[in-house]
Amino acid sequence: MSLILLMSILNGLTLAALLFITASGLTLSFSLMRVVNLTHGAFYLAGGFVGLSVLKATESWIIAGLAGGLCMAALALFEERFLLRWARGNDLIETLVSLSIAIIIGDLILVIWGGYPKTIAIPQALGGAIKIPIINLPYPLYRIFMLGLAIVIIGGLWLFLKKTNFGITIRAGVDNFQMVSALGINVRRLFTSVFGLSGFLAGMAGVIGGTFMMLGIGEDWRILTLTLIVIIVGGMGSLGGTIVGALITGLIYSFATAFIPEFSLFVLFLPVAIILSIRPQGLFGKEV
Amino acid sequence: MTEFLLNICHLDAYYGKSHILQGIDLQVRSGELVVVVGRNGMGKTTLLRSVLGLSPVQRRGEIVFNGLETVKKLTHEIASMGVGYVPQGRLLFPSLTVDEHMQFVCRNKKKESRWTPEEVYNLFPELRQRARVNGGRLSGGEQQMLAIGRALVTNPLLLMMDEPSEGLAQIVIKRVEQVCRHLVSEGMAILLVEQNLEMAQGLADRAFIFYNGRIAYEAPGDTFRREREKVGSFLGI
Repeated sequence: MSLILLMSILNGLTLAALLFITASGLTLSFSLMRVVNLTHGAFYLAGGFVGLSVLKATESWIIAGLAGGLCMAALALFEERFLLRWARGNDLIETLVSLSIAIIIGDLILVIWGGYPKTIAIPQALGGAIKIPIINLPYPLYRIFMLGLAIVIIGGLWLFLKKTNFGITIRAGVDNFQMVSALGINVRRLFTSVFGLSGFLAGMAGVIGGTFMMLGIGEDWRILTLTLIVIIVGGMGSLGGTIVGALITGLIYSFATAFIPEFSLFVLFLPVAIILSIRPQGLFGKEV
Repeated sequence: MTEFLLNICHLDAYYGKSHILQGIDLQVRSGELVVVVGRNGMGKTTLLRSVLGLSPVQRRGEIVFNGLETVKKLTHEIASMGVGYVPQGRLLFPSLTVDEHMQFVCRNKKKESRWTPEEVYNLFPELRQRARVNGGRLSGGEQQMLAIGRALVTNPLLLMMDEPSEGLAQIVIKRVEQVCRHLVSEGMAILLVEQNLEMAQGLADRAFIFYNGRIAYEAPGDTFRREREKVGSFLGI
C-alpha cells in the first residue's frame, strides 16, 4: 500500500475521533430537544481558546482540556436555561437564538484572543512520533492518543447511556419526552443537563482539536459543518450512528484533501445528499 | 371539596383555536372507577391530556387533584402528585427494555412504595420473561401490560387509562379488566376512557358519555348498565 494511502487512512481515523467527540454532544441535545444548536461550533472554538489560555497559566494540558470543557458547559447551561427555554417548541426562534449566540461568541473570541490563528502546544509526554507496528510507519503519538481518547469517550458514553438512571432517562426522552414528563420526571432539568454535557464535550473537543489543528476564526463554522454532516449521515440520537458518521466523514475528508483537494467539499456533501434523499433519518436514525 | 380525589369544574380545553372540551364537570373519588365513553373525536383523550397538562392542550377552568389546584402546574409536577397515565397506543419507549421502562421511573423516586417492578412482574408474570426485550418488540397484550406497569411504578393515586382494550384479543381484555378491579379494590381510583362498551359497562362505578366535547350523559354504574338503549343512542349503536 502506498504511503500516502496509509497516511490518509490514519489521518481520517484521527479526524473521525475528533468529530465523534464533538458530534456526540450535539447528537444528544439534538435528538432529545429537537434543537439544531448552531452554537456548537462556537463552543468548540471558544473551548479551545480557553484551553490555550489555561495551558499558558497552568502548563497542564489536562487542566486546560477540563477548563475548556467546563467553561463551555457553563455557557451551554446559561444558553439553555435563560434563552432557549423561552423559545421551546418554536424551531425558527430556537435556531435563530443559537445562531445569534454563535456569532456573538465568535466576535468575543476575536476581541479576546485576536484574529491570528493559534495552536495549542502538544503536551510533552505526547510529543514526537512512534512507529506503528506491522505497517512500520512513524505516526505522531498525539494523534494516536486522540484515537484512544475517543474510544474511551465512546465507552464512557455507552456505559452512561446504558447503565445509569440518568442515561436511561435520556434515551426515554429521545423516544418521547412528553411521556417521560407524564411519568413525573422533570424534563426541563433533563434538557438543561444534557445541553450542559453537550457543551462540555464541545469545549473539550476544542482543546483536543486545537492541539493538532489550528484555532482561528472560521474554524467554528468549519467544525459545525463537519459535525452536522456526521449527524445527518449517522442519524440523530444514535451513538453507533455517530461513530459510523464520524468515520465516513473523517475518512472522506482526509482522502479528498489528499487526492482531490479541489473537490473535497463536493465529495464531502455527496453522501449527505444521497443519504438525505434515500434515508432522511440517517443510516442509524429512527424514523420520526 | 376534598372528598373528591379529582375534581374537574367548568373545564374548557383547546387545541390552538379549536374549542374541544366545553364546560366539563367531572369527579373521581378514591377507590372509584369512572368510565368515560363516547365516539371518536368527542374529546375523551383530550380530557386525560388536560388533567396532565400535556401540550398542545390549553386548559381553562379548575382541575383540583388531591386538594390542590393543578391548572397552572407543569406535567411532571401533576404526575408526581399521583396521576398515572396509560396513553392511547401505549407510547412505550422503543429503545428501552421492559425492565428499563420501570427502573428509570422507580429510581427517580426515593421512597419505598407499594408498586415496584417486582410487584408489576408478579401482576404480569409474562413480562418477567421479557424483561430484557425492547419495548417495541412486545406483543400488543404485553405492550399494554408494560404500559400499565410503567404507570403503576409511579405509585399513582389516580390511574388514567386511554382505551386500554384497543387492538387487544378478548382474553387480554379480560385480564386488563381483572387488573382494574384488583387496583380499585386496593383503593386506587381509575379514570378509564373506553370505546369498548362491554368493558366499560362491566367496570363502571360511574359513567360519563361525551358528545361533541360536552357531557351528554352521567349515571351510576348500575343505571349505565341498565339503560342500554339510551346509552346506545349516544354512541350511535
